[in-house]
Amino acid sequence: MTEPRFGRLTDAPATLLITGARVIDPSAATDAVRDIAVLDGMLVVDPGALPEDLERIDGRGLVVAPGFVDLHAHLREPGSEDAETIESGARAAAHGGFTTVCAMPNTDPPLDDVDGVGLVTDRASDAACRVRVIGAVTRGRSGERLTDLEALARAGVVGVSDDGSAVTDAVLREAMEALASLGLPLIEHAEDPSLAAGAVMRAGAVAVRLGLVGWPPEAEVRVVERDIAMAAQTGARLHLTHLSTRGAVEAVREAKARGVAVTADVTPHHLAFADAWVAGSRRFAWEESDEQAPPAEGAYDGNCRVNPPLASREDARALMDGLRDGTIDAIATDHAPHPPERKLVPFGQAAPGLIGLETALSIGLAAVEEGRLELPTLLAALSTRPAAVIGEKRGMTLASPADFMAFDLQARWRVEPSALASRSANTPLLGMELPGVVRLTVADGRVTYRS
Amino acid sequence: MTVGVAIEAPPMRHLLDVEGQSRAEIERILDLAVEMREARTERRHRSMLERETVGLAFYETSTRTRVSFELAAKALGATVVDLGMAGSSVVKGESLVDTLRTLERTGVTTIVLRHSDAGAPYLAARETGLRVVNAGDGAHAHPTQALLDALTLREALGSLDGRTVAIVGDVAHSRVARSNLHSLVALGARVRVAGPAEWIAGFESWRGVTVAASLDEALAGADAVMTLRVQVERLGSGFSVGDYTRGWRLDEERMRLAAPDAPILHPGPTNEGVEITAELANGPRSLIGRQVENGVPVRMAVLAMIAGAA
Repeated sequence: MTEPRFGRLTDAPATLLITGARVIDPSAATDAVRDIAVLDGMLVVDPGALPEDLERIDGRGLVVAPGFVDLHAHLREPGSEDAETIESGARAAAHGGFTTVCAMPNTDPPLDDVDGVGLVTDRASDAACRVRVIGAVTRGRSGERLTDLEALARAGVVGVSDDGSAVTDAVLREAMEALASLGLPLIEHAEDPSLAAGAVMRAGAVAVRLGLVGWPPEAEVRVVERDIAMAAQTGARLHLTHLSTRGAVEAVREAKARGVAVTADVTPHHLAFADAWVAGSRRFAWEESDEQAPPAEGAYDGNCRVNPPLASREDARALMDGLRDGTIDAIATDHAPHPPERKLVPFGQAAPGLIGLETALSIGLAAVEEGRLELPTLLAALSTRPAAVIGEKRGMTLASPADFMAFDLQARWRVEPSALASRSANTPLLGMELPGVVRLTVADGRVTYRS
Repeated sequence: MTVGVAIEAPPMRHLLDVEGQSRAEIERILDLAVEMREARTERRHRSMLERETVGLAFYETSTRTRVSFELAAKALGATVVDLGMAGSSVVKGESLVDTLRTLERTGVTTIVLRHSDAGAPYLAARETGLRVVNAGDGAHAHPTQALLDALTLREALGSLDGRTVAIVGDVAHSRVARSNLHSLVALGARVRVAGPAEWIAGFESWRGVTVAASLDEALAGADAVMTLRVQVERLGSGFSVGDYTRGWRLDEERMRLAAPDAPILHPGPTNEGVEITAELANGPRSLIGRQVENGVPVRMAVLAMIAGAA
């Protein structure tokens, strides 16, 4: 293995040949061992067209898939560069196999106008992955006055969201009516603030034992139902992000069956972790339950504080079912970097959120190893399916710019701060060993990461 | 020193929780507490912690628990520093972890921590090299209170095995109740909880615990009763002190439902007339005074054990 190296979108286009890799392309529903030839950044059919002295990569043991797309990431720039920057966040993305991330607008100042969108787009132009911008729904994310949605659309936003809170009743209809004609999705953090008030973890037996205020699942389900009804009325596209409850999965399943234009994503941590992690458990949601175990040394770890809170095991299973049957379209990371001083505090005071770009694939592979998820479904949920939500395409289509990633399915790695490209290391996975090591990421024809 | 049972548990470095402690571990602390109480003035005890500096970090006000820890530490020869958190760097916005790391550098070896946030002692134990004693964290745990309650009950009833203990009041917000549920269940008692619906919500999932539908049901045949302090600000709208008193106050008449002479415990301070009548609180069934008396020896036992001195 060579030293990990990062590239940029402004680097020279790549020319390389990967021989004998397992190529899984959800866009063509193919899964076959073959060669991948890249000439000047383009996927080409004939390796014979490649120069003699090109780089050859032995693809045995590697899986190649279309470049990953993250619908939900917090890059923290501008405003919280101590936690992450566009540069470091994009490197974390490339390290995780992502070639595109959608940046949430809750920066400081928020991305609520054309200038904000332009600032991020400019700074990201030479990053290690493409950055798409999600604009704010309301000015200053205050929930009061709509942003200039038309101008944001012209500036290239891929959707709008007031992530961190749900869009208020007062502006929901107005926003959806405007978005319907613009064709942009409303990306909703579904949470009723009155039901969630004071809550720091998921309601249930673990919260009762730990003496922490519980977040009732209705806080999410009610808003999901409200939003679906409004989407059906207005014809706007609704994208529900980071679903965490069975009730929400059922509501989306039913809405899709009725033909409502709704899509949804789930985070790796809601699929795989569980509320018992707040008590120090580190058993995945599909493993045997240890909800009654006494708090372990890692109990009350601020890195387990996230919003929506880590789900119950039952809900995690419902989320996995939803991902498998297509009710949930995509896996999105909700990558939320925080500096140590915001996490090394008592649990209830910890800033919510955890990093996810560099661990998403490995968490998914842990589920694949246990037979809870098919590998092609996982890879589609990370690439082609989220791309479709923002109107993009991914695939290993010949004569198109190379945009893919390759990982070693058998290799494992230990999650520790030195192994992460993110400026932050706020994840409860620290110290754990996970399957799947990314070897190569190619974004828009350029090598953005290799190891 | 050797005490009763010959269980070789790993040395206890902190007391963060009662949850997870075995019956043998709890009994070992109680036995040691009895020994401490009876031999409090012995020379070997007076020097047991002479190399230790115990810091009292009470981020919430407390009189009986703080004083009891201070006396316990001093009785074992420790240097005690009361960090008087209200006037210290906490108010300047220093984080808990930074404050504790600073104390560690100044030579404090053990911290007795009370904090309004559940889990704060776990953070302290993880992020510093201090020995940590949880003196109450949010609604989560108050281990030394549960241990002194267990000692008090064991002495009143002989044993807790198969005995029924009723806990009445604001269980949901009570760290005393949670720690008692763990210790009482571990010691073999059957525990019933009772109180207004919001104050017992979720406890049906607690292993070994029954949620009683009414005070009468909780008291029926109970071998001991513990009532909790009512914090008037926690009474929701549409539920007055009068409503609480009518439904859940312990008085002589209701106590007739319990076993004859069933003792009553209260973690204090009591609101006489609200959760318990003055008559009962000061009457022959009341163990409230014994609870306070047992506080110092139980805390001596805990401090000695985590320091590896006993």
